[in-house]
Amino acid sequence: MVAIQNPVIELESISKSFGPVKANKNISLKIEPGTIHGIVGENGAGKSTLMSILYGFYKADSGTIKIQGKRVSIVDSQTAIEHGIGMVFQHFKLVETFTVLENIILGAEGGNLIGQSITNARQTLSKLAEDYELNVDPDSLIEGISVGMQQRVEILKALYRKAEILILDEPTGVLTPAEAEHLFRILRNLKAEGKTIVLITHKLKEIMNVTDTVSVMRQGEMTSTIATNDTSPEKLAELMVGRKVLLRVQKKPPKVGRTVLACEKLSYVDKKGIYRLKDISFEIKAGEILGIAGVAGNGQSELLEVLAGIKHADGKLTLNSAEIDLHSTQSTPLTRRHLGISHVPEDRQRLGLIMEFYAWENIALGYHDSDTYNINGIFMNNRAIKSQAEHRINNFDIRPRNPNLMAKSFSGGNQQKIVLAREIEQNPDLLIVGQPTRGVDIGAIEFIHSRLINMRDSGKAVLLISVELDEILSLSDRILVMFDGKIMGEKEASKTNEKELGLLMAGVN
Amino acid sequence: MDFFTLLQILDSSVRLATPLIFAALAGLFSERAGIFDIGLEGKMLASAFLAAALAYTSGSVWIGLIAGTIASLLFSGIHGVASITFRGNQLISGVAINFLASGLTVLVAQHWFSQGGRTPSLSGAARFNPIELPWAESFKDLPFFGPVYYELISGHTILVYVALILVPLSWWVLFRTTFGLRLRAVGENPAAVDTAGISVARTRYLAIIICGLLCGFSGAYLATGLSAGFIKDMSAGRGYIALAALIFAKWRPWYILLACLLFGFLEAISNRYQNIDIFHITVPVQLMQALPYILTVVILAGFIGKAIPPKAGGEPYIKER
Amino acid sequence: MDILPKWAEVILIPVVSLILSFVISAIVIIAIGEDPIAALALMIDGALGSTYGWGYTLYYATNFIFTGLAVSVAFHAKMFNIGGEGQATLGGLGVALMCLHFNWPHWSLALLGASLGGLVFGAFWALVPAYLQAKRGSHIVITTIMFNFIAASLLNYLLVNIFRPDGSMDPATKKFPEATHLPTLHDVLGSFGIPFSKAAPANICFFVAICSCFLVWVLIWRTRLGYEIRAFGHSESAAKYGGISTHKIILLSMVLSGGLAGMMAINNVMGEAERLVMNSVEGAGFIGIAVALMGRSHPIGVFLAAVLFGFLYQGGAELALWTSIPRELIIVIQALVILFTGALDNLVRMPLEKLFLNFKLRNL
Repeated sequence: MVAIQNPVIELESISKSFGPVKANKNISLKIEPGTIHGIVGENGAGKSTLMSILYGFYKADSGTIKIQGKRVSIVDSQTAIEHGIGMVFQHFKLVETFTVLENIILGAEGGNLIGQSITNARQTLSKLAEDYELNVDPDSLIEGISVGMQQRVEILKALYRKAEILILDEPTGVLTPAEAEHLFRILRNLKAEGKTIVLITHKLKEIMNVTDTVSVMRQGEMTSTIATNDTSPEKLAELMVGRKVLLRVQKKPPKVGRTVLACEKLSYVDKKGIYRLKDISFEIKAGEILGIAGVAGNGQSELLEVLAGIKHADGKLTLNSAEIDLHSTQSTPLTRRHLGISHVPEDRQRLGLIMEFYAWENIALGYHDSDTYNINGIFMNNRAIKSQAEHRINNFDIRPRNPNLMAKSFSGGNQQKIVLAREIEQNPDLLIVGQPTRGVDIGAIEFIHSRLINMRDSGKAVLLISVELDEILSLSDRILVMFDGKIMGEKEASKTNEKELGLLMAGVN
Repeated sequence: MDFFTLLQILDSSVRLATPLIFAALAGLFSERAGIFDIGLEGKMLASAFLAAALAYTSGSVWIGLIAGTIASLLFSGIHGVASITFRGNQLISGVAINFLASGLTVLVAQHWFSQGGRTPSLSGAARFNPIELPWAESFKDLPFFGPVYYELISGHTILVYVALILVPLSWWVLFRTTFGLRLRAVGENPAAVDTAGISVARTRYLAIIICGLLCGFSGAYLATGLSAGFIKDMSAGRGYIALAALIFAKWRPWYILLACLLFGFLEAISNRYQNIDIFHITVPVQLMQALPYILTVVILAGFIGKAIPPKAGGEPYIKER
Repeated sequence: MDILPKWAEVILIPVVSLILSFVISAIVIIAIGEDPIAALALMIDGALGSTYGWGYTLYYATNFIFTGLAVSVAFHAKMFNIGGEGQATLGGLGVALMCLHFNWPHWSLALLGASLGGLVFGAFWALVPAYLQAKRGSHIVITTIMFNFIAASLLNYLLVNIFRPDGSMDPATKKFPEATHLPTLHDVLGSFGIPFSKAAPANICFFVAICSCFLVWVLIWRTRLGYEIRAFGHSESAAKYGGISTHKIILLSMVLSGGLAGMMAINNVMGEAERLVMNSVEGAGFIGIAVALMGRSHPIGVFLAAVLFGFLYQGGAELALWTSIPRELIIVIQALVILFTGALDNLVRMPLEKLFLNFKLRNL
């Protein structure tokens, strides 16, 4: 533990429940002024909730908050701002149709008319840009600037409100390593000015890299607070999950067979006219896992959806030496599944499952036109679906073992297992998987990883997309790195490392 | 059609456009703040009734106006509670408000006046009477400008001029004031407003109050300016036409003025002629009546430009978890 | 997490909402100086006290079943079809054309033909807004509202200028031929020896409506299309992932919805008026919204809610006849039902959820 004399932030016994879920349990925390403090923990550990309470976005059920030694009552974000607290949320809170300046003055206009405050903000902004390397065009519309820029606007918003304490929630998820490095430089500048920074992340390397002290959260509880110098990533990981973690997966050498899927010059332009995929070409063979690494937002999601038939792209796609129709109305996720491509999507709650459907109904999603699940092609064979659902729930150890519960009643890990069970048990030639373990507890991660390895060992082709480099490195046989819609390079998983991949992910060849 | 007839039609277009302008601006404030409002019709009707009823019993149209506005504000309040506080479906709430007004006005009117759901007709100080603008009489005989000034510009009730002034005023409030910035922000991304330390609910309630106020004016004008008393269902779809004008105008104040004048013009023509011959083709009056709706469908379909509503419109604000 | 058990969701919430609506209606009745208990007694007697009353109650209910099912089917696809009024108006046109332009040998064949006419015309009137929603992104609520008004103008034009018999001042078609007249409940029940009022308009279409309830249930919960419609209604993105075509579902669900609304015309146009008149729908399209909300979009719920509203309509008419309470009371009740079951759902739900949560926690 670290001894702190005059904490700038002092939380005492904070608790918060959402309905029956206890998100924060009796949490106490002290943070020293002029430091960068990290908060780590798995998804759902309660980090964001705790910081949202500090920012007045949520109200704690019980507990006290002291800022600079004084007990304060933060009832809304306005009072938090008044106490010098600023927060950059994981999902930015910007008005897309407004300009940068309009976003910055919103809520801090300082008068009844906006003309004068726009002028003032423009001056302040150019000064802040100089001081902290925070350049951004003040008159651009938010919808027209990059994610990295939008993040700067969020930081500027807080600084414009004279924030002394800045909270950042998972700020690097959408950034390239280079952009992240720039962000950390900004944070160090701010620290040098005496500001206090709280960094929420699940990336242990970032914690080791920039923080002075770190707190670990697990299942709504704060398990410990330590000086960063006194710890290691392994130790933090152990604290996060409550036991030792095997970061490497045990697997046999691959038995690579024929080519299952070949992509040639896939290109995809989105609705705004931006190229999301540029001339993507690669092959996947039976019996291997091909990993695709990259910072979120560099075309991986689009690639997944193009392969799954959700989006239409240009180029050529060959499955088992037969060309796949990429354009016509016949090119749908259903026809892809008929051809033997199964798809575990990145976002199970938005895509993979219908949360208001029963688990058994979800087992048919995407295969609801198959003969097994239909009678005469018109009626659903609910009995057949239910019995298969029961089978799958057993095979994949989905809990609770009740197919008559709605998907939303299962935990994240079990929801993911429902999707995996559905897609894997269809016995496809090619399984495409996006972020298989996002927001999933450690036990389920091991289970999911072993199932993916099983698929590969049984001679299937697996395409794995993940933003977690560890996952890509430990599961894949070959690795492709994507940057800005292009493939930057290919590496053998056994002959590369995070540093090499990181450079490719940043677009450095 | 001679010049004088045209002036008369335009004059009546302005009068018929006035309730639409009030109601469409009402909708503008509400929808720009992210609250869809298909209950403009009901609020108009409620205001029309209470304005006429109180103008009759008190003998003063101003008391009528205040009463009508209060009625409209009460219905706005229901919409606010349903869609802001209880995060209900705004469209369904709007539908309910329209029926509630349609039923209650007749029920109360019958109980109050026993004249088959109408109020006695209004006269004198219980109505808004035309205002003669300065020098209207003396300019009357000037060529062109004289009749235009006398027939078209002068001689409307005060509320007509108020409606016309409200158009630039609304633009100024929405695009030049802090309140307007926050109101538009809350219609685009309420979370941005919330995290900037401004209450989403408060901003939306303010928008809804303005909406109720303007609908109140609209209804009061209907019963005490355009007509002389309340009759059952007298709004006759004008709230929906105003909604159509709002969409037709793509949620912008100046376009609202143009759209409402156009729809007022169509109504004026269909009131005056049964069938209109244009280049030997007879246009039935029913087509003129349906034209505002048809035009709105065309605009919505994006065949002439694209009407993009405020992004957070229709969605109750729930803090994400 | 589901906090409320299913029975509370399906029965308790609608019933509490209904009670709230009735309590407020009672207050309105007291405010206008009448006795709500006496009014209720009069309504019950007038609507359910005789086979004549039942005949009207069931006649209205038949209309509301069709429009309620129409709104429900669209609700399952998360479409708010507010255009039942216009679709039923057009359905009337289809029914009238069928009845007037063919020489039907028997009423049963005429009913089949007329049903098809109503279905196709109603479906068409929903197809255009659906197409514009699917392909051009126009908001279905606004376009269907606009289409209600366009339908009214269109019918007005047709009745005044085209269908009006020479010499008639009344904007209506001529009377439908004898062979298209449908058996009333008096005829149907009479053949089983059950006496039923001869004057009441309830007719064989009541049974068609019941069959429609069953068919809609099969469609929504037993067919592949129903699975797709529900999937789309709950999550458009997940439906897309599952290979369900967005356009297809928007178009089909709205066409089915419009068709059901159009089918209503076999009851009011063919079964009752036996000619097409102006404003024959009389707001039934809008009552469908209240019925669907109240019935939680389930055919059994829709049936019960439709009968309830049939009772309110007939009872309301009786009230207007014997007391100084105008018929518009029913519109007020209808508005309150829509408000409480639709827009103020959380007003009822949140306290109930709290209650159940406390109960659960205490049991743990």
